[in-house]
Amino acid sequence: MSFSFLKFRKIPLAWLLLTRQPLRLAVAIAGISFAGILMFMQLGFRDGLFDTSVTIHKLLDADLVLISPRSKSSISMSGFPKRRLIQTLAIEDVEKTAPVNLNYLLWRNPENLKTRSILALGFNPSDSLLLDEGFSKKAYKLRNPSRVLFDKLSRPEFGPIEEWFLSEKKVETEVAGKRVIVEGLVELGPSFGADGNLITSRETFLRLFPANPPGSIEIGLVKLKKGSDPELISKILNKSLPNDVRVLTKKQFIEFEKNYWKNSTAIGFIFSLGALMGFVVGCVVVYQILYSDVTDHLPEYATLLAMGYRLKSLFFVVAREGFLLALFGYLPAYFSGQILYSVIRSSTKLPIIMDAEKTILIFVLVLVMCMGSAAVAMRKLVDADPAEIF
Amino acid sequence: MVKANKSKNNVKNFKTVSINNLTHFYGKNQNKKQVLNDVNLNIDKGELVLLKGPSGCGKTTLLTLIGALRTCQSGDLTVLNNQLNGASRKTRQILRRSIGMIFQGHNLLRCLTAEQNVQMGADLIKGLTYLQRREIARNWLSAVGLEEHHKKLPNDLSGGQKQRVAIARALSANPKLLLADEPTSALDSVTGREIVTLLRKLAKEQNCSVLMVTHDPRISDMADRILNMEDGKIYSAHSELI
Repeated sequence: MSFSFLKFRKIPLAWLLLTRQPLRLAVAIAGISFAGILMFMQLGFRDGLFDTSVTIHKLLDADLVLISPRSKSSISMSGFPKRRLIQTLAIEDVEKTAPVNLNYLLWRNPENLKTRSILALGFNPSDSLLLDEGFSKKAYKLRNPSRVLFDKLSRPEFGPIEEWFLSEKKVETEVAGKRVIVEGLVELGPSFGADGNLITSRETFLRLFPANPPGSIEIGLVKLKKGSDPELISKILNKSLPNDVRVLTKKQFIEFEKNYWKNSTAIGFIFSLGALMGFVVGCVVVYQILYSDVTDHLPEYATLLAMGYRLKSLFFVVAREGFLLALFGYLPAYFSGQILYSVIRSSTKLPIIMDAEKTILIFVLVLVMCMGSAAVAMRKLVDADPAEIF
Repeated sequence: MVKANKSKNNVKNFKTVSINNLTHFYGKNQNKKQVLNDVNLNIDKGELVLLKGPSGCGKTTLLTLIGALRTCQSGDLTVLNNQLNGASRKTRQILRRSIGMIFQGHNLLRCLTAEQNVQMGADLIKGLTYLQRREIARNWLSAVGLEEHHKKLPNDLSGGQKQRVAIARALSANPKLLLADEPTSALDSVTGREIVTLLRKLAKEQNCSVLMVTHDPRISDMADRILNMEDGKIYSAHSELI
């Protein structure tokens, strides 16, 4: 099939129209790439934000998660009675549970003594909190009071904790005005909501945050026996437990957090608007290029009509130009996007990655941009009147 | 030459072009202006006809009507056995493939090489492969003596060379009729004569009729027939109304 297509091909007019005007082509590619890069950046930031908002959620060792129905996101968690978590043990499929406290506390940078809000997780050191295998070895250190594990991926504003810790120096500082000792390092990662994280025992947590009632927790982790269906059990639990608690699967818990950032804040809108602006800029550039291309070649198009070419085949020439521009413009945008993403990753520690979704979405957007502009520029072709060229 | 029956209804018309009582207006209402007034004209197969006349007498209008570039308003206009009065857009587009056109300003595609320009004509022939069509283009290019220049863009060719490419392009689609609008006006006298000689030779070889609009008196001797046009009417060279 492809062979006969090649055999019966015609002069590649669209390709030649573009490539024989290198300056115009360069301008077009620059414009489209710029629009593409802008969209990659905006959508990258947006997705990065949504992904970083769930860095900790993803790491939790749980099949089901219990939260208060009043909780809106990890930055505004409400408590619920720990009893509810214990009640889940009534179901046979539940293997074990772990109560977790979560709140923002003020951390004092031990170097310059400035305070900064840090996300603190409190759990029973004998429970399993994170999926990370090596974590349980570090957890036993928290059995002593006022001991914390510090997230070494936290932003540098919290102080050179990792450096000090590794140089065998005793790292001591204040959290919420009370003395704590850093007993180890963990690897969690900052998010838009939290610049840094620390993990401690529930006991220490309650000491740092005495206003928290001892019987109240923010997150209840439920581990199911192998082979049980989390969806089904979460439904059963939601039905049997009172209304003061919500049971989510881990996946739903992650979605719950992402949805907060998507729907309840302007962040998603702002970045989408930024991407839209890139799209509009690209449309204007491509339209300008194709329109002036059609206008400049109008007598030539009219000649082709006079020779017996159909108007439709001329439309296809412009459409093909649009398609080629989309390809030419997308590729540099894609590679620049890769580079910029890695720059952002290393400088902000945000997990911005070039995933298949963005790769395809932005290609489609660039294609729509180019084909749409081509379709508008085509209307000018109707002005090509072969009777006027004599 | 077989004399054809002049009846409008005769489908077996042996004339390349047969025009009876063709009338054409431009504009509407008060601005309406008559450009063709009861024109009658026949062109036989393989005949080279020159059409002369002052500017604004309707020569170009007649050419665009025969070339199926304009809709026919009234009268009988039959080109290559197609009645163009009331013909659909599609019919006219298909018919145009059998009519070669050569323009005053050559109208080559600037972004294509000489060979590619000629192949744009050959590409209209159905059922041939790319290589066959390129072969046709090359042959026509050498027929007009430009085989050396096939890779050049129009901007790198002289006026005469461009017009030769235009002739090769017009002939490459195997037309039965060639329409030329002042093909020599942008050329000096020697080149102009060369071009028309070439055009005449190639057209005769293909048994292709030619209707050429020209002001150029130096090429009059090459025509089979010369027609004069004035105020939308055609006279033969002897001022006799046809």
